[in-house]
Amino acid sequence: MAFMPFITAGDPDLDTTVAVLKELAHRGVDLIEVGFPYSDPIADGPVIQESYTRALNNGFHVHDLFEALKTLSADPSITLPPLVGMVSYAIIFRYGSDKFLNEAKAAGFSGLIVPDLPGDEAQELAEKTKAVKLDLVQLVSPLTPENRTKRIVQVASGFIYCISVAGTTGVRDELPPELTAHLESLRSLTDLPLAVGFGISNPNHVNTLRGKADGFIIGSAIVKQFAAFSDPAQNRDAVLKAIGDYAGEMAAATKG
Amino acid sequence: MTTSLSNVPDSAGRFGEFGRRFVPETLMHALEELTSEYEKAKQDPTFQAELDDLLKHYVGRPNPLYFAERLTQHCGGGKIYLKREDLNHTGAHKINNTIGQALLTMRMGKKRVIAETGAGQHGVASAVACARFGLDCVVYMGEEDIRRQKLNVFNMKMMGAEVRAVTSGSRTLRDAVNEAMRDWMSSVETTHYIIGSVIGPHPFPMMVRDFQSVIGKETRAQCLEQTGRLPDQVIACVGGGSNSAGMFYPFIDDESVKLIGVEAGGRGPEPGQHASTLSYGAKGVLHGSFGYVLQDDDGQTLDVHSISAGLDYPGVGPEHSYWKDSGRVNYTAITDDEALEGFQTMAKLEGIIPAIESSHAVAHALKVARDTGPEEIIVICLSGRGDKDVNEVARLLDRDI
Repeated sequence: MAFMPFITAGDPDLDTTVAVLKELAHRGVDLIEVGFPYSDPIADGPVIQESYTRALNNGFHVHDLFEALKTLSADPSITLPPLVGMVSYAIIFRYGSDKFLNEAKAAGFSGLIVPDLPGDEAQELAEKTKAVKLDLVQLVSPLTPENRTKRIVQVASGFIYCISVAGTTGVRDELPPELTAHLESLRSLTDLPLAVGFGISNPNHVNTLRGKADGFIIGSAIVKQFAAFSDPAQNRDAVLKAIGDYAGEMAAATKG
Repeated sequence: MTTSLSNVPDSAGRFGEFGRRFVPETLMHALEELTSEYEKAKQDPTFQAELDDLLKHYVGRPNPLYFAERLTQHCGGGKIYLKREDLNHTGAHKINNTIGQALLTMRMGKKRVIAETGAGQHGVASAVACARFGLDCVVYMGEEDIRRQKLNVFNMKMMGAEVRAVTSGSRTLRDAVNEAMRDWMSSVETTHYIIGSVIGPHPFPMMVRDFQSVIGKETRAQCLEQTGRLPDQVIACVGGGSNSAGMFYPFIDDESVKLIGVEAGGRGPEPGQHASTLSYGAKGVLHGSFGYVLQDDDGQTLDVHSISAGLDYPGVGPEHSYWKDSGRVNYTAITDDEALEGFQTMAKLEGIIPAIESSHAVAHALKVARDTGPEEIIVICLSGRGDKDVNEVARLLDRDI
């Protein structure tokens, strides 16, 4: 099973983002989701909202992230896992979708997740991502009926992002019991890998998913540790190590 | 083939290129269901009869189209008429929409309602509708707006609504919408979100416009009855744009009627100092729909300012974006100071204290009326009354209450 940690770009600055990416790469994660800070993230709970706010208050700009990643991708001393951007359509549209996709590709991204671009509106962007060989990951929610799911998987590439629970991002104690049946029904509708996200934070959750999903995403449980980077009383290397240790533990849990 | 400008949106929620649905997948099925339930309700004579009855006996419609004689004399131009939405129960136009959506909530078998509010008028109108029908009601309101609008907060609580303070972002209307959307993400199966303006994903911009169109329909009929013809100009304020959409829509195909939307010019045209989305914004996505937005080059929403908590919004309804680009409606801006002036002039000359939002439309009429001929007819949508604003106005004028 693949472990896909989510991190916020630019929280608190891009140097830290690069350091976190290197740390995660050393810990054997399978893919990294890079969140583009957005001013109005309606799918996100408080942890990721606050992280986005810190990054924006510190002057995060999309172009600077692309430049930083381009430099990192060109560094022969580091092998990065695939990077997937989590980015609002508000940002892509305003930046200019062609320009955004070209720069994302050049920065080393292999795909994008656009949480506010549902399958119905995704056709145009799906053609453009295909042309530059970027995957456009689609999300399926537990409230998505089967006829919608069938349409959504048609425009999806890379993997299917299965939202575990109706709600926003954030750590939850338990995964909903209906999740298993939902994954089974999805499995019958697509050959793409199934990655589960929202609410996952510990090895027990991972064990629940074993044999049913191909991967899982952890966001808030990692990003909540980012607040410490902005705390002058904390040592940056110690925070980095704590994030790395946690990622290492979760990566080990996938091997079970 | 010519298509009428009023024949929008299409089934995907498109007003030309604007509108549509840019929301997380979790909400999509509920929006599809809401669209189909609303279409059924619209065709259902029982639903319409119930709505009409409530608008008449509970809201107090039709409200007057009133000839403002002294204001007309003061300006020395065309005849100024006021559409008195301030005389509705709750003192603003917002209740036209909340009664309609509350009926729809019950039709869908849902028992809980959430709403966002800026000035508190939509929050109060939602609390009223929920009290009337026995629905649970949670209103999201920015912490800064709670400070500015204490009276409305108290009223909502009296009627049994829970007011949740929003402390994220700019702590105003935009953040209240974000928080309501987040609530809806986890409660959508049992909860209806009564959006208070012509914003958000399809079908909200269409549905809210339809419920508010009673304003323009009445105005059109009253004007014909009282003057024998249609007005020359119709002026309404625009934040998200619900009173103006409801006022303008029935006039869209009347080409002789000039329609003017008045946005909040705040302290001036610099970014962050105003909320004039259609004057200074760019095309983009906010709160689930595509339209003009005040945002930076990266698509991040900008902070906005207005003296009025109800116009303090960095987006605008997709249909207004469509009307702007088609040239059917002209949009302009009135500053905080001009709105304050309009507020006082209306109070002194007509004995009517207008909402500070509506004062923007009043101020624009004061500006342009003197350049019109005495036979011209100007209608101002007086979208709400100003009791809620007197503390803030007294503070700004440096007076005690």
